[in-house]
Amino acid sequence: MSGVRVLVGTRKGAFVLSSDGARQQWEVSGPHFAGWEIYHVKGSPADPDRLYASQSSGWSGQVIQRSDDGGATWSAVGNQFAYQGTPGTHQWYDGTPHPWEFERVWHLEPSLHDPDVVYAGVEDAGLFRSDDGGQSWQELPALRGHKSGPSWQPGAGGMCLHTILLDPIQRGRMFAAISAAGAFRSDDAGQTWRPINQGLQSEGIPDPDAEVGHCVHRLAMHPSRPEVLFMQKHWDVMRSDNGGESWREVSGNLPSDFGFPIDVHAHEPDTIYVVPITSDAEHFPPDGRLRVYRSRTGGDDWEPLTAGLPQQHCYVNVLRDAMAVDALDSCGVYFGTTGGQVYASADAGDSWAPIVRDLPAVLSVEVQTLP
Amino acid sequence: MIRVVLPAHLRALAHVSGEVRLEVAAPVTQRTVLDALEARYPMLRGTIRGHDGGPRRAFMRFFACERDLSHEPPDDPLPAPVASGAEPYLIVGAMAGG
Repeated sequence: MSGVRVLVGTRKGAFVLSSDGARQQWEVSGPHFAGWEIYHVKGSPADPDRLYASQSSGWSGQVIQRSDDGGATWSAVGNQFAYQGTPGTHQWYDGTPHPWEFERVWHLEPSLHDPDVVYAGVEDAGLFRSDDGGQSWQELPALRGHKSGPSWQPGAGGMCLHTILLDPIQRGRMFAAISAAGAFRSDDAGQTWRPINQGLQSEGIPDPDAEVGHCVHRLAMHPSRPEVLFMQKHWDVMRSDNGGESWREVSGNLPSDFGFPIDVHAHEPDTIYVVPITSDAEHFPPDGRLRVYRSRTGGDDWEPLTAGLPQQHCYVNVLRDAMAVDALDSCGVYFGTTGGQVYASADAGDSWAPIVRDLPAVLSVEVQTLP
Repeated sequence: MIRVVLPAHLRALAHVSGEVRLEVAAPVTQRTVLDALEARYPMLRGTIRGHDGGPRRAFMRFFACERDLSHEPPDDPLPAPVASGAEPYLIVGAMAGG
């Protein structure tokens, strides 16, 4: 019988939540790497037993873990992330030049085709690739080396490359997003990059429609239609119908268009999900009511999903990498909160129930759909 | 035989419990002990000091014989009781950074 494996990264370890296709009864495994921050755990689309995890701590820095048996056992692999060449500088918070310094891996994106190939998005913003299952890492320097790089500034959480999308149809096309530089596209497997931020408006930067400088929080696409992209920006939910060449706002009737995650239904390319957050200062849901919003029209028209979610006194946040969908016939949707809850819906968001309630703050949620 | 005590989070990473015992050829210095430790446990590379023998990570400290050796030159000889195995070399996570 088919099932799902939910991979949860938290402030103090990783957890693996497993269920059969009904998604009602859950087995909880963890904490793995107890005490360490786990920014992201993700499985290979080419081999569901191959998992990668980004493990870090303030004491000991970055470790990358790899599992070849679906998370039952793990081995530390390579953790040397050296920027290529002379790293140069980006702008610091005070506007002064600041040397590029590796801090941590925010996001791991395994290749769609080869389980030994995996990309890493890091802070300070850079993109790395491993061709040997994580043993060694090489930077794809053209992104950080873009002519706008010296002007990039960190967001409040650091200057992180947090989103990597691999186009499943146009091989070699990939997207990356950086807080607070914006979205970028490569059509040649990362050899060259260009900003794709036309149409974004950010009131918090001196030139609201600048080529770069936008605090993009997350990008999402449906694999059947990769030219259509969705974006949760610092403020504004955006959509592009041409691979990022231009964007239009689709915030519509959302109670707040501030938020972090955005994701797409596994079988309905125009059904998308966001979690509105009150504001940049108030990182909790409006009115203390935890509501996922769903649009079945690719944006503009949104409906709140509340069944099973707390509708009073709820002041958690949902971080950018902490929402995912499974690919079962009735699409499952999952998200984790800074309060340590992981919620699941087995009916595309119509109803929700917590899988676990009291984990450490959740940093990331990914889902594997198992045969 | 050099005795090395790792902090709990690195014992877990290296899959060891208790002290680590290492054969280290003279001279016994912080550098040669850490080189031997990382050779035995490659997963510790980069977690105590920079790769390829780089500087100590900011929130890692080195103690021995009730002394803080964190700021001592890495090629200075370690105290004789550490070199003889009478006292352990302590790698400590600072009271910050966790």
